Amino acid sequence: MSSAKTNKRFLSGDEAVAFAVKLSRPDVIAAYPITPQTVIVEKISEFVAAKEIDCQFLHVESEHSAMAASMGASLMGSRAFTATSSQGLLYMCEMLHYVSGSRYPIVMVNANRTVAAPWNIFGDHRDSLSQRDSGWIQIYVENPQEALDVTIQAFKIAENPQVSLPVMVNLDGFVITHTYELVEIPDQETVDKFLPPYQTTNKLDFDNPKSLSFTASPEWQTEFRYQQYEAMEAAKKIINQVDEEYGKIFGRSYGGLVQEYRCDDADYVLVAMGSVAGTTRLVVDKLRAEGKKVGLVKLRSYRPFPKEYFQDLGKKVKAVGVIDRDISFGYEGAVYTEVKAALFQPGSQVKTLNFIAGLSGRDITKENLTEMFTKLEAIDKGEKEDEVQFIGLRWA
Amino acid sequence: MKPKVVKDYKFPQSKEEMPFGPGSEAGVLIEVNSGWRTFRPVIDHEKCIKCLICWVICPDGVISKDTPQLEIDYDYCKGCGLCAHECPKKAITMVKEGENNEQC
Repeated sequence: MSSAKTNKRFLSGDEAVAFAVKLSRPDVIAAYPITPQTVIVEKISEFVAAKEIDCQFLHVESEHSAMAASMGASLMGSRAFTATSSQGLLYMCEMLHYVSGSRYPIVMVNANRTVAAPWNIFGDHRDSLSQRDSGWIQIYVENPQEALDVTIQAFKIAENPQVSLPVMVNLDGFVITHTYELVEIPDQETVDKFLPPYQTTNKLDFDNPKSLSFTASPEWQTEFRYQQYEAMEAAKKIINQVDEEYGKIFGRSYGGLVQEYRCDDADYVLVAMGSVAGTTRLVVDKLRAEGKKVGLVKLRSYRPFPKEYFQDLGKKVKAVGVIDRDISFGYEGAVYTEVKAALFQPGSQVKTLNFIAGLSGRDITKENLTEMFTKLEAIDKGEKEDEVQFIGLRWA
Repeated sequence: MKPKVVKDYKFPQSKEEMPFGPGSEAGVLIEVNSGWRTFRPVIDHEKCIKCLICWVICPDGVISKDTPQLEIDYDYCKGCGLCAHECPKKAITMVKEGENNEQC
């Protein structure tokens, strides 16, 4: 049981993030508002105005500047936070690589929203998944409570000396950002113990002058890239450790890289990221009650990707379906590609399907999820199914 | 504080010697860059008042004030001309390489 003192508030996901930011005591926050992230920035502004957060709050003119300013703050040894979404994330794309390559542990919350065109402000994962190779850790959360908990955890993961990489916390636009639920807010004292002030030597310092984010010639670039590779591999362990430690202190943990639900003896599992995991649990329970051996794998960390977990899963289950709130045109869902590559080990007989669903805010219903499980059973029984299926598509 | 110029820089010989990310001690001149130069700055010590503006603004820290007269290290001067541009007494002239080299 947790010994931490807590209080519960009725909060949206965005508000929960703002509370987490306040508790994490960043020195600098630089952000530009964009739907559906705006409430985060508004709520933080209120905290700053009320002097409830002691930080420099920069109202920048663009997302590119938001990330550049965050990088400037981080290279002074400050704890920096920003938040964005969709077009804003794409606008700061160049800086994402600069920050990760320079090893600055900035935490950013991304309110997942599709990218134009067609113009649409609602949720899917096409914004963040397009930044797969930016060198950022990407964690996907399921509800406002997890958004709060993981935002606090994110600083601890990012600032771990073995990791020292930026972390992007992703929450589904509207379904999480604007949906209210009872959220437990930890007390400041306990968070302070869990998350002490940021300490680093990777900063500008009058007494120890440094040249930062320098040029590396072709002879040396590879060694720096290898450092980033190693840091991401180390992050797999650190993400699990931080989640476990958080659980012991605050009473809530989420399984680290992945969270299984009723997978122990499952034949058919769905892999899902974000809010749809909640609906999938209900469907798993219903089908289990009917005697179906089904389960859910909530994929929480897309980068680093839990390759080892899926290699193991591929030996245990009969069929795996991957829900992608995304489509990589010319191939398949981006999450599916990753999961499939890890599942198929020599001798593996596992069958797979990719379900493209929940694009641009379209609901993924219990009926949709039941249909997915039915199709997994069907391919296992030898029926033919298209590998990539658009769920709820009006006509093909 | 002016960064110390480290001219005998050793590249990392092992993983442990690698800097953490692309950042390291400042003022490390690791390669002679005199070859970049088209013009070299030449100080007229008669005009120089030792205001040290050139010493402050030299991007590579190659002007020494620890000698009786200011000295430019031509191994590491890349010939940018900032010192000549900023000198309030016009005591520094940019001289084309290959001409009047006897002055230095």
